[in-house]
Amino acid sequence: MASLASQPEWMIRTVGLQKTYFLGGENRVHALRGVDMGVRRGDYMAIMGPSGSGKSTMLNLIGCLDRPTGGQYFLGGDDVSQMDDDALSAIRGERIGFIFQSYNLIPQLTVLENIQVPLFYQGHDLGKTLHRCRELANLVGLGDRLDHRPNQLSGGQQQRVAIARSLVNDPLIILADEPTGNLDSKTGAEVLDLIDRLNREGKTIVLVTHDDKVAARAHRVIHMKDGVIDREVINRPPPTPSAS
Amino acid sequence: MLRLQLIAIIRLGIKSLMLHKLRSALTMLGIIFGVCSVIAMLAIGEGASYAAQEAIKKLGSNNILIRSLKPPEAARQQQGGGGPRGMSLKYGLTYADGARLQATIPGVKRVVPSRIIRENVRFGRTEVPCQVIGTLPFFTEVTGVELVRGRFLSDLDERHQNNICVITAGLAQRLFPTEDPLQHSVKVDAFYYRVVGIIRETGKAEQRTQAGKMEGQPLDNNVYIPLSTSRTRFGEVLIRRTAGSFEAEEVQLHQITVQMQDTAAVETADPQIKTLLRRFHDQNDYELIVPLELLREAEATKRRFNIVLGSIAAISLLVGGIGIMNIMLANVTERTREIGVRRALGAKRRDITLQFLVETVVLSIGGGLIGVLVGMLTPVVVSMATDMKTIVTLWSVLVAFGISGAVGIVFGLYPARAAAMLDPIEALRHE
Repeated sequence: MASLASQPEWMIRTVGLQKTYFLGGENRVHALRGVDMGVRRGDYMAIMGPSGSGKSTMLNLIGCLDRPTGGQYFLGGDDVSQMDDDALSAIRGERIGFIFQSYNLIPQLTVLENIQVPLFYQGHDLGKTLHRCRELANLVGLGDRLDHRPNQLSGGQQQRVAIARSLVNDPLIILADEPTGNLDSKTGAEVLDLIDRLNREGKTIVLVTHDDKVAARAHRVIHMKDGVIDREVINRPPPTPSAS
Repeated sequence: MLRLQLIAIIRLGIKSLMLHKLRSALTMLGIIFGVCSVIAMLAIGEGASYAAQEAIKKLGSNNILIRSLKPPEAARQQQGGGGPRGMSLKYGLTYADGARLQATIPGVKRVVPSRIIRENVRFGRTEVPCQVIGTLPFFTEVTGVELVRGRFLSDLDERHQNNICVITAGLAQRLFPTEDPLQHSVKVDAFYYRVVGIIRETGKAEQRTQAGKMEGQPLDNNVYIPLSTSRTRFGEVLIRRTAGSFEAEEVQLHQITVQMQDTAAVETADPQIKTLLRRFHDQNDYELIVPLELLREAEATKRRFNIVLGSIAAISLLVGGIGIMNIMLANVTERTREIGVRRALGAKRRDITLQFLVETVVLSIGGGLIGVLVGMLTPVVVSMATDMKTIVTLWSVLVAFGISGAVGIVFGLYPARAAAMLDPIEALRHE
């Protein structure tokens, strides 16, 4: 199993992942009952499922925001399932880029400063990384709005800032939680196009959604139900693992 | 690197505080008032005790003053008309006391006896009520006296019972507004005394004489004459006319100033002098004044005063601190989402703690700085508006500023910890 996990093309690998919430006394909820799955480099996976299926729990675990109560979770070859809070914070900062449904930009910071936040917590000299942040802002089409505050931007623009922010630390995976949930279909499509483009450029993406049309863009979709993977649908063949 | 990050965190804190300018300013106001009142109150307290201490210091901290006191039972007897008319009331310190003190108390440097007689002093048509003080030439060495012109009394004057006098600068001004005092003589009772010198007294409090006799009289109307002259010209029995009757008192010396070699000797001599005097006086007709003790008392009073004022002011700082904590707790709740986002983007618990702690410290230090400025101005204004002397001491500024910083940390720690301990998942879901 360790050999499987240590194969470099596995960005994410879970083995018998369990999560049980203890609500006091004998009252407990089994949110995940042993999930085995993997995500390869360059993959684009969507997670779907009704509420209560364990989808959110899965997302929290993949995002290292929570610890499993059983099983193992390898992220980039390291077992992160039993790391302490500080180590998990560091892992989040280094290996994961988050895109949220409600953008979650920090209101008192400008576009540029929002993009810089993950770098700040990794102790980078913000002066030296300024160039990279500008490039990312250009990439998402907001190069001329660096000094704007989030409340001066439209929803679609805010989400694009959030995408730039998720890229700034060059993460192993980008974790998108309903990225188009708050957007109208046109701007939503624009955001999804941007995500598609990132995937084509080699980024590994895990996306959680309710929307079949959104999920249709992914290479494959896993449907969850009652804390386990119910079925997996392959939309397109995953990219062949490159020799490099 | 760490320093750079700290600067960035401070800038971030200021930015967050600027988001709610009014709220931050009001919160700061609590600290501003606290720091200001600590400094101002201590400055006023310090000024008040300084004035008292200066007065005592002028008495000379190496001195012990012994004053004649009309014994209360004798006073009652006289008032009731119990004593035979024409009989003089005899009390107070004697020449023998002075000699005994000089001879028996160890560590005595000088003993200066003086007789203080109230008389009107005349020059031409001007008449000024004065104290005529008969004393010895060492007087200048024992108390704070500064020679302005001419000379003080000499041994020769003492031996020859010369009719000369030294007057205080204030009296000279009153008696000789246009003439040179050193060219003239003043008339006291029936005799003329040639003015040989003018002095200025630096230790005014000393001239407070027996209670109730010279109310309302300026204190620097003093005429110094040789002790021997005082003895022969005025005699031992002093007669005073009160409404319709005579009052005769026989007092040899009104005051003895004992100068000790050092302050240590003052403490040992104090009980010895008391014992010695008690042996030769069967009534309580004298009082002992030890400036050193007064000074200590004044210092103890000041300390108590400072503690009271300081704690009142400290309470206002505490209230300011609670204000900060209150606002920061509201702040944490309001920014729960932001905390969640930062945690998701890699912030460790201590990064969050630091961020919120820096905000409170910026608030309290900023308030502290403004408070120090206002607090240093307030005493100046108080001094100008009233006659109160105020002294802003460096330590009070440092203490006030230090406390304001400490208040920021103490009251900021709890909200900052509360922010850091939030579950990132819960925080992200917070609306």
